Amino acid sequence: MPLLEPRPAPSAPMRLLSPLIAIGLTLLVGSLLFMSLGKDPLEAFRVFFIQPLSSGNGWSELMVKAGPLILIAQGLAIGFRARIYNIGAEGQLIMGALAGGGVAVALDGVDAWWVLPLMVVAGAIGGALWGAVPALLKTRFNAEETLTTLMLAYVATFTLSYMVNGPWRDPEGMNFPQSIMFGDPALFAPWFEGMRVNASILIAAAASAAFWVFTSRSFLAYQLTVGGLAPAAARYAGFSAKGTVWVSLILSGLTAGIAGVGEVAGPVGQLNLNISPGYGFAAIIVAYLGRLNAIGIVLAGLLMALLYLGGEAAQVALQLPAAITGLFQGMLLFFLLGSDVFVDYRLRPRPKPVFA
Amino acid sequence: MSTVPPPFSGPPGGVPRLELTGITKRYPSVVANDGVNLRVRPGEIHAVLGENGAGKSTLMKIIYGAVQADAGQIQWNGREVVIANPSEARRLGIGMVFQHFSLFETLTVVENIALALDEPFDLKALAARVKEVSTRYGLPLDPGRLVYSLSVGERQRVEIVRCLLQEPRLLILDEPTSVLTPQAVQKLFETLRRLASEGVSILYISHKLHEIQSLCHGATVMRGGKVTGTATPARETPASLARMMIGRELPVCEIPAYTGEAVPVLTVKGLSHTPDDPFGTSLKDISLEVHRGEIVGIAGISGNGQAELLATLSGESTGPAGTVSLAGQPIGHLDAGKRRKCGLTFVPEERLGRGAVPPMSLADNATLTAHAQGLVKKGFLRPKAAWAFAKTCIERFDVRCGGPGAAARSLSGGNLQKFIVGREIMQNPIAMVVAQPTWGVDVGAAAFLRQTLIDLSRTGVAILVVSEELEELFEICDRIAVLAEGRLSEAVPKADTNAEKIGMQMSGLFRNTDATEAAHAAA
Amino acid sequence: MIEHLIPILVGTLAAATPLIFAGLGELVAERTGVINLGVEGMMLIGAIAGFAAAADSGGGALAGLPAGAVAGMLAALVFAVLSLSMAANQAACGLALTIFGIGLSAFIGQHYVSFSLPGLQPLDIPGLVDIPVIGKIFFHQDPVTYLALVSFGVVWWVLKKTRLGLVLKAVGEAPDAAHAIGYPVIAIRYGATLFGGAMAGMGGAYLSTVYTPLWVQNMVAGRGWIAIALVVFATWNPTRLVLGAWLFGGVTILQFHAQGLGIALPVQFLAALPYLATVVVLVLISRDKRLLQLNLPASLGKPWMP
Repeated sequence: MPLLEPRPAPSAPMRLLSPLIAIGLTLLVGSLLFMSLGKDPLEAFRVFFIQPLSSGNGWSELMVKAGPLILIAQGLAIGFRARIYNIGAEGQLIMGALAGGGVAVALDGVDAWWVLPLMVVAGAIGGALWGAVPALLKTRFNAEETLTTLMLAYVATFTLSYMVNGPWRDPEGMNFPQSIMFGDPALFAPWFEGMRVNASILIAAAASAAFWVFTSRSFLAYQLTVGGLAPAAARYAGFSAKGTVWVSLILSGLTAGIAGVGEVAGPVGQLNLNISPGYGFAAIIVAYLGRLNAIGIVLAGLLMALLYLGGEAAQVALQLPAAITGLFQGMLLFFLLGSDVFVDYRLRPRPKPVFA
Repeated sequence: MSTVPPPFSGPPGGVPRLELTGITKRYPSVVANDGVNLRVRPGEIHAVLGENGAGKSTLMKIIYGAVQADAGQIQWNGREVVIANPSEARRLGIGMVFQHFSLFETLTVVENIALALDEPFDLKALAARVKEVSTRYGLPLDPGRLVYSLSVGERQRVEIVRCLLQEPRLLILDEPTSVLTPQAVQKLFETLRRLASEGVSILYISHKLHEIQSLCHGATVMRGGKVTGTATPARETPASLARMMIGRELPVCEIPAYTGEAVPVLTVKGLSHTPDDPFGTSLKDISLEVHRGEIVGIAGISGNGQAELLATLSGESTGPAGTVSLAGQPIGHLDAGKRRKCGLTFVPEERLGRGAVPPMSLADNATLTAHAQGLVKKGFLRPKAAWAFAKTCIERFDVRCGGPGAAARSLSGGNLQKFIVGREIMQNPIAMVVAQPTWGVDVGAAAFLRQTLIDLSRTGVAILVVSEELEELFEICDRIAVLAEGRLSEAVPKADTNAEKIGMQMSGLFRNTDATEAAHAAA
Repeated sequence: MIEHLIPILVGTLAAATPLIFAGLGELVAERTGVINLGVEGMMLIGAIAGFAAAADSGGGALAGLPAGAVAGMLAALVFAVLSLSMAANQAACGLALTIFGIGLSAFIGQHYVSFSLPGLQPLDIPGLVDIPVIGKIFFHQDPVTYLALVSFGVVWWVLKKTRLGLVLKAVGEAPDAAHAIGYPVIAIRYGATLFGGAMAGMGGAYLSTVYTPLWVQNMVAGRGWIAIALVVFATWNPTRLVLGAWLFGGVTILQFHAQGLGIALPVQFLAALPYLATVVVLVLISRDKRLLQLNLPASLGKPWMP
């Protein structure tokens, strides 16, 4: 006898509570983990969640990390609503970074205001094109986008490796796989001395506002949502299934591509093999944790950025491996999926004893 | 017509084969069975009669061990038993033929049968037995065929033979005739009578009164989860049985005459189509005209091209422009959204998941197809307009629900169907296609829906109804055609045909009948 | 030419072994209607668990493989509870398992980065190894590669010849029907999912304890995803799965023999080849919709509750 039964209508409070429950459970299991490693959980949480935010630079770093996560997640959320699973945003980020970075390499020495905007546009196109490939394969050949997007992410990694080892390698870089350092016209200028936060965060903010309007008000987003919830209903209504695939994958490729430019023209400052600490994958969690909702994604992106910072701090202060961030990310997503079940289901009440 | 069954001549006062006492089953929102008593004697064909939602199916699942009762007793041949699961039921000698078949499309007949038998796995030996038993009972089957290549009637044979191989003492059939032609129903009845004469008890679940009268020795009538009476069907009239079943007189539709001009509106010409689905049926050279002010019905058993024809009419699959036209304008190449703009609306068979998005509110579901009615402006949603549209629809079409904010999946089948039909009507179509208008709907809502369709047609709308319920088609349609094996017969005025003729055509024999020769001559 | 080809073919078989394990496991799970996108994560968890067991016990691969299988099975259990008992979205649960597996294996693996293991010596099959060419390729392999082929034989036999195989297929085809005639759908899906986890874990442990044998972070490197793609490519047929795994094994090790074969392409291109090949193969097989639909377990990926 199953323990769960469907609710007559999805529970709205549960939809909002579920991420909080997931965070709570992650913290709970996290403290058990810390204790098993012989660390004081309270101290660990201070290091993880308080210490990174106790300085101006900490807040700056939070923005630096939250920006790309939020930007990518906004794009992914559109596809996830339509059940189009782009899990290769990391590859689209890299191709965006390559396209944008290529502009910077080509225009090295050109001192003009339009270099940076051109890089952003190039990055957007690069990411969108890399997203368009699986869209073409899906609409034309029916190939699963889950697998193709991910495979193309690996291909993007090797493309990046080839470019920074070959054509775009810095001739004075002592054979390190990296491009030249970009000049000022090709960089987002830091807002504050000694901090890395810069105007690229405004792109994420503007995108969030635009996606909020798009998802909550536009008929196109409504069509995508119907396509995800009930594909047969979308066909019946006459909404284009192929259009859904194209819109989802191009939009998410585009945002990931811009995020890639934000990295190479921001904190990284060149093309090298470490332009992303897995933002493309972490953004998947951000999108789900934020309920595929533009505002929720902003909050989730900030939390995930904090998790990255906390992981770095824990490495220094507690001698914990940095991989603990990945562990927490995975746990968070598991708990979220588990508590999300209760949006549509509830526990079956124990049958009342009946006396015949 | 039908022969009246001989009065049951089993041993009077003997031990019943099956006796249920006080069976109760509660679900969160409904009490499906409330203190149900039922008694079946050896060799008796016993009807369980009730409309949709009366609790018949739950009761049968309890007997078959698929669902456990909360309270009550089951006695089998005078001994109290607990039936924990279906294989326990089969061990006792209970077999069940399901309404929606429990068959596996990509497996062969013999593999399907092997899965339901609790015996050593030897397909060769089993195939021989399948052949032997199926011939003995006049239910011929090829054990090596893949199930997806079988007709619906053949699939039912697989289910029945699967039960017979277990030498059951009680056979449960859940709405077995909904998938059969009238002729096949007669053959099934012969088989059942023969089984009964061999001492097998049969529980026959149906809402078709005349069938029960011609087949069953006894009947138990259910309504709202309770037993409302027992009867000897041969001594009752359809009206008296209906009263027991629904608690009042059967509602009758009013059919005014159409006074306007009969102009063709929806025209299908030489439509042939091979579906993508490898399990689908190809359509072969279909032609049809529906005029203003009339309802044309398409009879036939699902699986004969119904899904494919509906998809090519609605625009879910497209083809050459000229194959479908609306008021003279070719629309065969247009998708569903564009056809709707031209004035063709559609009510699909599947309500949840196709006609409506289950977790979305009725207001959001209004936008699904009625977005052109001012619910979307310049690419942006107008939630207030959608709310008002849904509210009007709910009021005008008597949809009982929690208001425009209620999730589609929280509505009963009948109320959701009223909402969907209402939504499609409120788009002011010139033609409307309706699939299975009252499938799984209670009698009251069904009558309302039928009357709604009749009234709509008399305002000058051309309506095409595809239904498996022959009685329904005879009630509401002006002309009736038959779809069998992907071919459509000519639509003839209902006065010029009858259930028997239609049944012949459903069996795919219409190529030899006058109607088809006429259709071919015309083409 | 032949003297170049033999080492390539020998290497192909070993490179295919983790794909055969993981692919067979996923194939069985998908036959029952469960699509587990967590193969990559389960392989990583199996790889680190196997490596840890092999290193800590000193038992080498003999201790590593069972440990990897058990760890993979536990990982699959988490997936099964969420997606089967609680009917959560299978695609999302699988992704979560992969993300979790990457994190967990990296976390545990920090302690093992500088270890190395002895690996396994090839085992000659007496008599057969002396057959010219064929003997060297097929019968001079490490024992686990033979085990992978034996697993193929067992899976093939079960699916093709036994009642269990029929039941697995029936559950994947129509869970409602299987439930109606009395099969415990959820329990059967649990069994298949756990089998898939054990096989993926074993494939991961083979990589870390026999094939490499080292622990490197993220060392599975997409093989889990390739295994999933192979199941589609194989149209859920184990024989085609093994052929596909050999094809990919060959493509994977091509980069190590490129020089000998006189292929002058950038090393990155050769390294990207298996992933590109996966895309090409998926496209080739998916474009025939009818072929896929005829073989696809009809309930694949759809949550089901009794």
